[in-house]
Amino acid sequence: MPSSTARSCATVSGRHIDELYTEESVSSLDYARDLADPGQFPYTRGIHPTGYRGKLWTMRQFAGFGTPEDTNERYKQLLKAGGTGLSVAFDLPTLMGRDPDHDLSRGEVGKCGVNVTSLADMEMLFDGIDLGTITTSMTINSPASMIFAMYLVVAEQQGADWRTLSGTIQNDILKEFIAQKEFIYPPRASMRLITDVFAFCAERVPKWNTISVSGYHIREAGATAAQELAFTLRDGIEYVQYGVDAGLDVDAFAPRISFFFNSHSDFFEEIAKFRAARRIWARVMRDRFGARSPRSWQLRFHAQTAGVSLTAQQPYNNVVRTALQAMAAVLGGTQSLHTNALDEALALPTAEAARLALRTQQIIAHETGVTDVVDPFGGSYFVERLTSDLEAEALEYFRTIDAMGGMVEAIERGFPQREIAESAYRFQQAVEARERVIVGVNEFITEDEPPVGILYIDESAGEKQLAKLDALRGRRNNVQVRHALDRLRTGATGTDNTMPLLLDAVRAYATIGEMCDALRDVWGEYVEEAVI
Amino acid sequence: MPTIRVVIAKPGLDGHDRGAKVIARALRDAGMEVIYTGLRQTPEQIVAAALQEDADVIGLSILSGAHMHICPRIMELLRERGMDDVMVVVGGIIPDVDIPKLNAIGITGIFLPGTPMQAVVEFITRHARDRAALSESSGANR
Repeated sequence: MPSSTARSCATVSGRHIDELYTEESVSSLDYARDLADPGQFPYTRGIHPTGYRGKLWTMRQFAGFGTPEDTNERYKQLLKAGGTGLSVAFDLPTLMGRDPDHDLSRGEVGKCGVNVTSLADMEMLFDGIDLGTITTSMTINSPASMIFAMYLVVAEQQGADWRTLSGTIQNDILKEFIAQKEFIYPPRASMRLITDVFAFCAERVPKWNTISVSGYHIREAGATAAQELAFTLRDGIEYVQYGVDAGLDVDAFAPRISFFFNSHSDFFEEIAKFRAARRIWARVMRDRFGARSPRSWQLRFHAQTAGVSLTAQQPYNNVVRTALQAMAAVLGGTQSLHTNALDEALALPTAEAARLALRTQQIIAHETGVTDVVDPFGGSYFVERLTSDLEAEALEYFRTIDAMGGMVEAIERGFPQREIAESAYRFQQAVEARERVIVGVNEFITEDEPPVGILYIDESAGEKQLAKLDALRGRRNNVQVRHALDRLRTGATGTDNTMPLLLDAVRAYATIGEMCDALRDVWGEYVEEAVI
Repeated sequence: MPTIRVVIAKPGLDGHDRGAKVIARALRDAGMEVIYTGLRQTPEQIVAAALQEDADVIGLSILSGAHMHICPRIMELLRERGMDDVMVVVGGIIPDVDIPKLNAIGITGIFLPGTPMQAVVEFITRHARDRAALSESSGANR
């Protein structure tokens, strides 16, 4: 254990921290220019004048496992327990656009999330849940358009109006290339799918969040807070640029861009990160893109506590970690929040663990009083200085990436990937050198801990989904499916918007694997160079 | 003792490669020869890479829950190709109930979340040395 005098005074991101911050630390800060009241440009202090007094954040617990039937039951439990929005976790075959009968899907169906192969599964997933009133977030990227098309058709079947339908698809391929690596097509073809969604929704589904530009996975892969901030917002810039280049009016689609950040363990640095994100985005949208609508300037975000901070050792400690991380997200002004469950370093959460995670948010919202005041850390010498420092570091990364020609080019050169791998290794070395204490892992270790009961997902979900797929292929009109897939290939070869073509394929009960394969035929697959 | 050669592989559909990359660097920094296969490798590809690289050790990073499908298949392929002397270790999220099953098919190095890099380095070094000594004394050669 390091002695108290030699104690590490760096954040979890390795940032040096002074002992005391004073007026001098923020001498260059101008209230009207850099902070402003909540609801005022550049929104450092929040996008709503009344903070959480007007509206609490949405308590949106990410969930999904096994078959659509299994997950539908979990959703009903979460809503009954007071959850205020849904968030779908898909399994790896779905995320990678593979049907359950594909070779690579073996052993993976229903393991990391719910398996959704066709419209029939989507109908089951939301059976008895009114899509006209609930908001749903779907964590899906490469096959985002296909899954979104399935959701739209289920909404239509339920009689919901697409014009009032609200929710989010993650649809953020850049962070897949950078961090999570669930990509299918090469970067430029992938960007085309995304701008197609921007254009389609601006016209047909105007309240839908067409993208959730995500730093979460970038951070989980090992990035520092500043790298998470920089790469995520630079991804956001790339999407806006591609939309503008595709001929869209920036104010027609930018208001539907939302963000998704990690809420990690370093309390003040995280609060500052959220505040810096708002300020940077407002200025970028106004000054770089000339957006005129305040809704284009306002950065809205979802936050999730840091999965990577959870430990398999002494898992009950994770409840405490998560509560503190959730508090940072709330003090940073998140619009929506997921709190991780205590057992998630071991498995997908049990129903009891998932409920406790939701209760953690409810306690913060209703018992602590932190929701009564907007941006309570505004004006803190320390938090304001951290906010400015993080902003400056992000802008420095913007300059580097701009000089490479943009984020797509930076990714093709492996730049953000290398930066993140470097930070991940440095962090692990600090842990091993015990410069950084992780309670229960490298310090305060307990021998013979009693095991916690976990959710064990066996192969039965895979078998059920395979049987359903066989039955579907026998039941549907396969000629209609083939024609819809042919039209999709033709459209993708040209410049047609792919969304209407996907909607036709979905209505014919084409599977996710078939739709993704049709586009693989046209665009090929991306293979990452393996570097360590 | 010759340099230990390790193939680090990421089987299955999962792309979360932080652990695989950190371990690969740690083993390399410890003086081993490390070959990283990259993402989404099938058991066949992994075993082929181990054969081609004359690997002493295969290290698998699996977080997705597909380990009970992937690991037995790799052990079977190694046996079929007479590569029984290649040590297989696994890192990732492995439920307690599966550990004896993996032990039973010959996988003894199972590294769960929170394992220090140094522990993995020491395990591999010790066991690779034991295996080398064993194959020398039995006159086997590869």
